[in-house]
Amino acid sequence: MRPPVEVTDPSLSDARIPYGVFNGDDDAVNSADREQHETPFARELRVMDMRTSRWRARGLAAALALQVMSCQKQTLDTSSPASARALSGTTAGDPALLQEDDGQWVMPAKNYASTRYSGLDEINVQNVGRLGVSWTFSTGMVAGHEAAPLVVGSTMFIVTPFPNIVYAFDLSSPGAPIKWQYDPKPPGAAKGVACCDLVNRGAAYADGKIFFNSLDGRTIALDAATGQPQWITQLADINRGETMTMAPLVVKGKVLVGNSGGEFGVRGWLTALDATSGKIAWRAYSTGPDKDVLIGPNFKPHYDSDRGTDLGITTWPGEGWRTGGGTVWGWISYDPELDLIFYGTANPGPWNPEQRPGANKWTAGMFARRPDTGEAIWFYQTSPHDLFDHDGVNELVLADVKMNNGAVRKIAMRADRNGLLYAIDRTNGEVLSAASFGYVNSNRGIDMKTGRLIPVAEKEPKQGVVVRDICPAAPGMKDWQPTSFSPRTGLLYIPHQNLCEDIETMPASYIAGTPYVGASVVYKAGPGGNRGVVTAWDPAAAKPAWTIKETFPVWSGTVVTAGDVLFYGTMDGWFKAVNARTGDTLWQFKCGSGIIGQPIVYKGPDGHEYVAVLSGVGGWPGAIVSADLDPRDATAGNGWGGTLADLKSATTRGGMLYVFSIGGGH
Amino acid sequence: MTRLRFASARHVRLACGSIAAVALLAAAGCITRSPQPALRVCADPNNLPFSNRDGEGFENRIAELLAADRDATLEYTWWAQRRGFVRNTLGAGVCDVVIGVPRGFEPARTTRPYYRSSYVFVSKAARRLGLESLDDPRLRDLRIGVQMIGDDFNNSPPAHALASRGIVRNVVGYSVYGDYARPNPLADIVNAVDRGEVDAAVVWGPAAGYFAKTSRTGLALTPVSPRRDSPALPFVFEISMGVRRGDRALAESLDDFLLRRRADVEAILDRYGVPRLEGY
Repeated sequence: MRPPVEVTDPSLSDARIPYGVFNGDDDAVNSADREQHETPFARELRVMDMRTSRWRARGLAAALALQVMSCQKQTLDTSSPASARALSGTTAGDPALLQEDDGQWVMPAKNYASTRYSGLDEINVQNVGRLGVSWTFSTGMVAGHEAAPLVVGSTMFIVTPFPNIVYAFDLSSPGAPIKWQYDPKPPGAAKGVACCDLVNRGAAYADGKIFFNSLDGRTIALDAATGQPQWITQLADINRGETMTMAPLVVKGKVLVGNSGGEFGVRGWLTALDATSGKIAWRAYSTGPDKDVLIGPNFKPHYDSDRGTDLGITTWPGEGWRTGGGTVWGWISYDPELDLIFYGTANPGPWNPEQRPGANKWTAGMFARRPDTGEAIWFYQTSPHDLFDHDGVNELVLADVKMNNGAVRKIAMRADRNGLLYAIDRTNGEVLSAASFGYVNSNRGIDMKTGRLIPVAEKEPKQGVVVRDICPAAPGMKDWQPTSFSPRTGLLYIPHQNLCEDIETMPASYIAGTPYVGASVVYKAGPGGNRGVVTAWDPAAAKPAWTIKETFPVWSGTVVTAGDVLFYGTMDGWFKAVNARTGDTLWQFKCGSGIIGQPIVYKGPDGHEYVAVLSGVGGWPGAIVSADLDPRDATAGNGWGGTLADLKSATTRGGMLYVFSIGGGH
Repeated sequence: MTRLRFASARHVRLACGSIAAVALLAAAGCITRSPQPALRVCADPNNLPFSNRDGEGFENRIAELLAADRDATLEYTWWAQRRGFVRNTLGAGVCDVVIGVPRGFEPARTTRPYYRSSYVFVSKAARRLGLESLDDPRLRDLRIGVQMIGDDFNNSPPAHALASRGIVRNVVGYSVYGDYARPNPLADIVNAVDRGEVDAAVVWGPAAGYFAKTSRTGLALTPVSPRRDSPALPFVFEISMGVRRGDRALAESLDDFLLRRRADVEAILDRYGVPRLEGY
């Protein structure tokens, strides 16, 4: 039996109120100012917000102030079908408040804590077996579909893989017709630069705008009502091998975005853009001098190895930091109470570790920073001097958990590429536990005193040397595909791989007219023969509660609800609902193509609960299908060719949005 | 696709010519003969000295020679020669020949090699460094530029060889991708020697030879020894043409071309300063 767990979702904390909108004295000014700048969509939403009828526990004064506002604004009500929806939250588009509304899904991770937990329970373990298709939409694209749909008010938004077309659907009309679509027209050259299929991981909503990144390195803000671009900022340079694939996060009026392209020797960064103007507010590099990394006097990492001056230079040979990788293509979380954002940095470059002796700060680790300035507060390195392409970009799930010793700790949970599940004190970066959540033979966990990963020498890759059975493989025990966390069960639901790899030498390769002898990396199933797993992890006990074996790597995200239903998809196209407490499969539906997207849950304008997911196989493992690679080539798709040869006969490519509800129909 | 078809096209033209000699009017009919076959080449639009969109590279010249030899029109599919190049060009069926790939290049069927080059040390001639060996103790102190591939676990042979000798702190990496917005990304590492940014660089021969020709200061090139640093780390590569694995007949016709027109191909390589080793 698991010990009792007390869990508090930090997004429910009262400390998140300081956004000014509850302050009655200032409200008239704020309101007038807001109306001048807001987009029509924001106004529509705000009007809808005024009619709110559900309130979360808050200060009484705040609620009263709002009730007053609510009454005044009633006269502004429109007769549009969208306004029939009752929304909680108070400002037109502050994601800090919208994230709490289980009717909507305004950022890929649902909330700043990245729990991907929905408080809706109309769909539950009793009735989920009656789930049916409500409507579908074909994107007409064949690359991998990794994005999470968004639902804001009565509109759903999706971003497709390259060429990154954004669609808005009107959920209040039968069949959810297209409201608008926006084509950013990225140049085809970006395709030649993207490392691993042409994916996009989704958009984010705030203040009447939809923010997303295009593969060719632009961050784009669209008017959510019309699809008209509000601003476009070119950030990454495809000519230097940089692309952008991650989903932005909007915090305190700043759009946070990072670059991709560690494979091409770029230097990683996280950039904050002003949400109104698109202008760069700050940029924090992952390598180089402290001033570039935004390390100052308030930087207080927990471990000695992260203390010192300009470690982003001195832990590299020569000027290796200039092409040192550490890109930021994963997820960002935010704790409003601590006023800290948390995100991970990718692997160091070049991949070959012999060419970069040293710890290679600040790659393959995680930063806590102030969102206003980007100032670094702490850092922890999951894979110092990374040997295996183990990017540290996986999501950090924030929760307050009663640990086995009885203490309630503010933790960040990270299911890392290196196979360890970290529970980290998010106030200071101290590792509270790090336990493997699958079969690992390339490290022996961490030294709890120094925080340092303990590598296994005989599994270390060396040029010209064949090394077999390295577990986990380069994609790690888990890659980008996000976990979910239920405050009801206290469990973290991890979609992941069970793969090992052999590193072999390869005959001549050729890049840009330059020949070289490379290594070929071949992946294969780990112990048990199943290549995928869903693990329900108990962070308090630091051990799994249950696991589900899957034939293929589970490359989709998970989402969990107050109905105690967990949803995820498989690469051969099954969309599954399981009992979040037991792992028993309750329902499954075979989609047209394999699923590597992120499922979401929302309440439709009709008041009923819906589950949405994009199918469309691809991504790093699925490129064998989406890019039609030759499965006879074991090294095709960068190691996946051999291990996923059977995926080609299990599914075909093609993007399709599926929306489910009890009984189906619309 | 086959030599036979090209041969018959030539035959048609000859036949027309003789008819034209008899009756000028009939010659007009020759213009409507079946269209010339196309030689469809997959190439990088910005990668001198190999190829560029303006046709200035030696692979462009060889492609022109090949097209003329086959009496074919020359058509290019442009794609940056990076990960996915073969998949999106040869593999997608939009073009049929890559002019330069290493012999035994896994994703393609390769022809007989038509030149053999080596990584070379590049340094200012006036400094008379005379670098030849990877084991030269001066490599520990000189500032050395190497080409960085950065693709997965892979890198250029000099990057590996120096790293395995513990020579990393004084090594500067130049990405073979360079800044693709500017012309000739591969020029950067050679120009770095010219600028004095590094004392020496280890560069793949064709790029070194070509950009050294336009050097302001005068550069010396010497092949790297040993030619094979470890069983898995050669510094010498043979370069072939590449076609789809199934296109055996096309590969054979290219072999024939490379044998017949060897002198012409060599002349092109000479013009571009491609340093070559004997014995291929």
